[in-house]
Amino acid sequence: MELDPLILSRIQFAFVVSFHAIFPVFTIGLASYIAVLEGLAFKTENPLWVKLSAFWTKVFAVVFGMGVVSGIVMSFQFGTNWSNFAQASANFLGPILSYEVVTAFFLEAAFLGVLLFGRDKVPAGVHLFAAIMVALGTFISSFWILSANSWMQTPAGTELRDGVFYVTSWSEAIFNPSFPYRFAHMALASFLTGGFVVAGVSAWYLLLGREVEANKKALSMCLWLLLFIAPAQAVLGDFHGLNTLEHQPTKVAAMEGNWETSPNVPLLLFAIPDQENQRNVYEIGIPSLASFILTHEWDGEVPGVSAVPVEEQPPVAIVFWSFRVMVGIGLLMIAFAVTGLVLRAGGRYWRTSWFLQGMRFMSITPFFAVLTGWFVTEVGRAPWLVYGQMTQAQALTPSLTGGMALFTLIGYIVVYALVFSAGVYYLMRVLYVGLEDQDEDEHEAERPKRPFSAAHVPFEIDEDEHHGKPASQGGH
Amino acid sequence: MELFDLPLIWAFIIGFGIIMYVLMDGFDLGVGILFPFAPNEEARDTMMNSVAPVWDGNETWLVLGGAGLLAAFPMVYSIFLPALYIGVFLLLAGLIFRGVAFEFRFKARTSRYLWNWAFAGGSTVASFAQGAVVGAYIQGFETANGVYVGGALDWLTPFTVLTGLGMLAGYSLLGSTWLIMKTEGYLQQWAYKITLPLLLAVLVVFGIIGVWTPFVDELVRERWFSNLSIIWVLPVLTLLCAIQIYRSVRDRKDGMPFVATMGLFITTYLGLVVSRWPYVVPPEYTLWDAASAYESQLFLLLGLLFVIPIVLVYTAWTYWVFRGKVRAGEGYH
Repeated sequence: MELDPLILSRIQFAFVVSFHAIFPVFTIGLASYIAVLEGLAFKTENPLWVKLSAFWTKVFAVVFGMGVVSGIVMSFQFGTNWSNFAQASANFLGPILSYEVVTAFFLEAAFLGVLLFGRDKVPAGVHLFAAIMVALGTFISSFWILSANSWMQTPAGTELRDGVFYVTSWSEAIFNPSFPYRFAHMALASFLTGGFVVAGVSAWYLLLGREVEANKKALSMCLWLLLFIAPAQAVLGDFHGLNTLEHQPTKVAAMEGNWETSPNVPLLLFAIPDQENQRNVYEIGIPSLASFILTHEWDGEVPGVSAVPVEEQPPVAIVFWSFRVMVGIGLLMIAFAVTGLVLRAGGRYWRTSWFLQGMRFMSITPFFAVLTGWFVTEVGRAPWLVYGQMTQAQALTPSLTGGMALFTLIGYIVVYALVFSAGVYYLMRVLYVGLEDQDEDEHEAERPKRPFSAAHVPFEIDEDEHHGKPASQGGH
Repeated sequence: MELFDLPLIWAFIIGFGIIMYVLMDGFDLGVGILFPFAPNEEARDTMMNSVAPVWDGNETWLVLGGAGLLAAFPMVYSIFLPALYIGVFLLLAGLIFRGVAFEFRFKARTSRYLWNWAFAGGSTVASFAQGAVVGAYIQGFETANGVYVGGALDWLTPFTVLTGLGMLAGYSLLGSTWLIMKTEGYLQQWAYKITLPLLLAVLVVFGIIGVWTPFVDELVRERWFSNLSIIWVLPVLTLLCAIQIYRSVRDRKDGMPFVATMGLFITTYLGLVVSRWPYVVPPEYTLWDAASAYESQLFLLLGLLFVIPIVLVYTAWTYWVFRGKVRAGEGYH
């Protein structure tokens, strides 16, 4: 069997980028939450805020560390597997991605250390400032990354001469047509992720009766936040979809599972897309609703996948189902946020066992929503890498063979499985140990500034730590 | 309209970044290579403590170099990475393992030996891969129309294996002299003991590479044996550095062995640069051929001129904060 380097490279990129994406999407939201907690601690001097902030800063440190490690791989993928793309787009993407790296370093160099290790060593105002700058820094980082990605979706401000993109307008290229929507959509996704994780972990602690006052506060805060941003995300997602309809109609057609351009297109709830015969095998839908959502008229015309030749079509089933998973999770999020509001009556939200169990389960859903959302936008762009200008096949490294791509694909899977299972395992340990007993040890001044060293949790489970009893810290 | 020779400025920036990386990550990779041979577990604790505060700052130069290369010399980026495909993977896997070992070894108790191996193995593989990259650069790349057209393992030749081993020896020397400077007692004595054999190994391997290199490529031979005799000062300086390492170890000096080893690396590096100047993708493309568009180089340069000084100041500050000897059982847990 002939190994296809193109499909293997696509799987490899999807794997490493998906793995990487789950860390920053969480840290971006969490950094803002920590900044808010620090602000509250600064203003009210209530020790509970400090306690919450100190705990979530530990979690932040571990997740940030994993994001940095997985990010290193990303900066080399363009060259190893997509060298024609690297060569062609370097005039724009090179500086943009470099600015992202520079931002991340600048952030780490100047403020992360102060946030993680400086609580008792710098004035409270300086510590708060560091927390705000870290939160801001994560946004600036994602600004550059999303600008680069959006340019690949809706290229602007550049012209293609002899196979190389030249920048004609930096502002048009950076603020390309889909960028504002993608950036806002992703920012809210980060808040949703941070919000649901903090709420879910707090709910879990409440179920166990641990640190009730602090976790009640955390849950309450998150529920207020989610009540506003979960519906806001739905509205914003709609705007993003309309923007996509304007610039990438085929992607929207795949999202809707609509093959023929036509009016009165139903909103499909279920379908099995059959790309070969350009139709759906089986479908259940609500009549005309897709037309209404996309055009705001019941008989509005919706583009179909078959409008473009088969070789210019994305794999419809992946886009169609990813989109449904994302939207389904989004609706579930709104339902939980609203339920939280209802349960506030009589202060039941932190004592209702089924609700807390539900929130606990919800803490992992944002990651699936984010990944499926990216599947929609990335797979939906296929076969283009730079939409309308460069295909994935053209972008591939010419010297790459199927065997080479398979070798590194397996390699990355093995490395990631080993490294990140250790990382996730350790993160679970940090969560298990929890908010209690956060005594810092006295060697703090000597302590080198490594992200993980902000978390004083041993790697292995202590002897006396079984059956729900939190461990004592340290273990030196 | 083009006011400055931006590709030249960028060549200096990237060149500076590379030597910064080699010197700084070199010693902490070297400590990793020496890790399994340390006298005992307490010594390993101290060794890791001596580099823990600075190693990730050191690696930032690698990431900055990678991104800067894409921005300023995309042709280098898009030829080197495909040509070194398998090597790049090994390099990254090695760096990931040792990076994670830094995080977890101090948290681990019963599983500590696993992280020891991850740290030592990752450091060794990454160092060898870096040495092989240097060898592959000297060898040159098979290209057509600015695109790599060679095979997956063209980079792996007897010559690149030798440069890989040379890098292992060189980084080990940086590591052992770093330990001389940063530790005391029996660990320092051990470091003194292994430094001279390592120096000998470095001189032998570097010597073979030095003699071999002119025969790898016509242009390199011409460069060294034509009328540009001033460059012979570089190998002479390298030898003087080696003598200085020998004397300072013999006299049990603290800081000089490390400083002299850095000197040895810098002069060897400059020797490599003059061998191939101005070709960045030998044998065909110069740094001007490989450069990105003028406006792209300018756009990033403006930001870097602001950030690089800050990174340098921060780096210096970190080393200042963690100056002096690292003692056993102190610091990082």
